[in-house]
Amino acid sequence: MSLKLDLLLTEINGKILTGNSDLQKINVTGGYASDLLSDVMGNSREGDAWITIMRHLNVIAVASMVGLPVIIFARNTEPEKTIIEKAEAEGICLISSPLSSFEISGKLYILLNQK
Amino acid sequence: MAEYWYVRPEKEEAVNFFFNSGRKPDYTQKFEINEKDFIHTGRATAEMKLLLKRLGVEATVLRRFAIIGYEAEINITAHSRGGEMICNVYPDLVHVVFEDKGPGMKDIEQSMTPGFSTADQEIRELGFGAGLGLPNIKKNTDMMHITSAENSNTVLEIIVFFKENE
Repeated sequence: MSLKLDLLLTEINGKILTGNSDLQKINVTGGYASDLLSDVMGNSREGDAWITIMRHLNVIAVASMVGLPVIIFARNTEPEKTIIEKAEAEGICLISSPLSSFEISGKLYILLNQK
Repeated sequence: MAEYWYVRPEKEEAVNFFFNSGRKPDYTQKFEINEKDFIHTGRATAEMKLLLKRLGVEATVLRRFAIIGYEAEINITAHSRGGEMICNVYPDLVHVVFEDKGPGMKDIEQSMTPGFSTADQEIRELGFGAGLGLPNIKKNTDMMHITSAENSNTVLEIIVFFKENE
């Protein structure tokens, strides 16, 4: 199971926030939706796209620690510029989508599981 | 002083050997961790993770180390008056001591229970305080040892071996 990010981006009507992300190069192998940092650290898998509405600096730290290449902010949530810059420095792609966590999860699940 | 011990069963012998050997670390680094400084929390762990990566430690071990370190740093930041993280690097393992300045835990066993948290609203709004910190540390470590008491400091000691199946 693996997915190129550009496919997902269209499906969720997403907007890329990080300037240096190369969608062709980012491979998503799963997904995790949660707004609790310890839950994400304890239960997400490396390569997951993380769907959340949290937008503070610790989100970037957690993604970097556990190897999550993409964070999708649901419901048009957008972090501040300094946080976006931190993500760019860490090589993490940030995406904002108008859809809810539930809807993004559903679309990602379908894309990952279709052959 | 109350105490809590956990050793991953397959690492029991190696942990005993470590404590009995009186070995000296190749490298030691100490980091200050400040109370309520949620901007810098995790920095020490990130720096150590990078160092271990340069030493050739494999990705799955790095990830376990990062989860332990980050959770422990958050605990000091969120629940104590600040403290320090002392990392001792050996050729085959990393041994870390997290020591804070109190106020200590009332009941360590309770703090080990998934879902139990004493976090206030501010901490919860930052996405912490789910009561999963210490359980996450236990899940990822090869050894953990906690000493604490109310109105005292808390010391958490952990070991992560670089080879998982030896």
